[in-house]
Amino acid sequence: MNKKNSDGLAADDLAKSEMVRLLSIVGRERSVEAFEAIFRYYAPRIRSFMVMKTKDRQAAEELMQETMTAVWNKAGQFDPARGNVSAWIYTIARNVRIDAYRRKRPEFDFNDPAFVADDVAPADQEFQQLQEAQLLRGAMETLPEEQLDVLRRAFFDDVSHSTIARDLGVPLGTVKSRIRLAFEKLRSSLEGRL
Amino acid sequence: MSVKHHISDAFLIDYASGTLSEGWSLAVATHLALCPKCRKRLAAMEGAAGALLDKSAESGGEDVAWARFKARTIDVKVEEIKPVAASPKVPPVLPEPLRSYLGGDLGDLKWRALGRGAYQILIDTKDTETQVRLLRIPAGKPVPEHTHEGRELTLVLAGSFRDGDDLFARGDIEEADGDLLHTPTATEGEDCICLAVTEAPLKFSSWIVRLMQPILKI
Repeated sequence: MNKKNSDGLAADDLAKSEMVRLLSIVGRERSVEAFEAIFRYYAPRIRSFMVMKTKDRQAAEELMQETMTAVWNKAGQFDPARGNVSAWIYTIARNVRIDAYRRKRPEFDFNDPAFVADDVAPADQEFQQLQEAQLLRGAMETLPEEQLDVLRRAFFDDVSHSTIARDLGVPLGTVKSRIRLAFEKLRSSLEGRL
Repeated sequence: MSVKHHISDAFLIDYASGTLSEGWSLAVATHLALCPKCRKRLAAMEGAAGALLDKSAESGGEDVAWARFKARTIDVKVEEIKPVAASPKVPPVLPEPLRSYLGGDLGDLKWRALGRGAYQILIDTKDTETQVRLLRIPAGKPVPEHTHEGRELTLVLAGSFRDGDDLFARGDIEEADGDLLHTPTATEGEDCICLAVTEAPLKFSSWIVRLMQPILKI
């Protein structure tokens, strides 16, 4: 269990809101000092993310540097209302990896006039999303290891579900049901929000 | 009207992780542009991935890495952010990323007749796994005979179609696989325009040629 401080926030959540603060400072003031703290926390994590796919430390180091460069350059685009720096940095690392393998992943565009926006007011959204990020982290703690393992392989190894099944020596249906169960659990923790 | 038929977890997690190939991703991303609910589901998946990133093993050596980073990046100019193009007055029917793949909105398209009043446009992607097309089905008519094996995604962009008891309207996405017998029929009153992604038929039966396809770019 996470230790709670007097405000009832888990230490983990405090660290996360600290990252939101640091990244916002980098976005506004280009503070090298604030960025160094972000770098020292995320660089080893992104490196191990990249190693999963490349199996090559030098290539992984290069892709990590590229990811952190993108984080530095795009810090001003981070929306603190999203409240989740790790999710945002994950998407940047994912896109760097997709580019490195010369693949294409078409994306929607928030500024497109045909885009259908959410009807929640931005102020409410900010509160909701900070709360959701916390609920989600809490729910992740409760997932059984076999479900976490499948999610880790799906997000980090960058392989198909049938490859995951082969690597684990289980039927494809088992991989699919573990993914389904994991997201049902995460969704029920955000009850009524999804 | 909000979207009623959503993309499955299986497709969405592959889109979230970047494993999904370009053709399928085009249908998923265009559905996401029209469906706030599925964007929240996507955000939850990316949140889960972020939480896993927090927990991933540390490897050390950060002083060297930071020194390299500072030397290479910090003093380099920040990328210019491209200004957003002014929005046209009437919102287009086709959302991004689909509109860019087609090079314009509905009024700019060059349709090719399929017979029986149906039209299609083949959409080019770099991926050899899927076949992507925009279909226009005349009001009240069934979707033309299309044999396919494996999975299929159909996203409605205008008009609607009925498949059995289900009605699919703008933003709705239908997932089918080869086992499912389905006869979608466009609803009366308006032509139905939809994006259809299917697993690509293998052009060459010889496994060695298939193996060479990506290398020879054929």
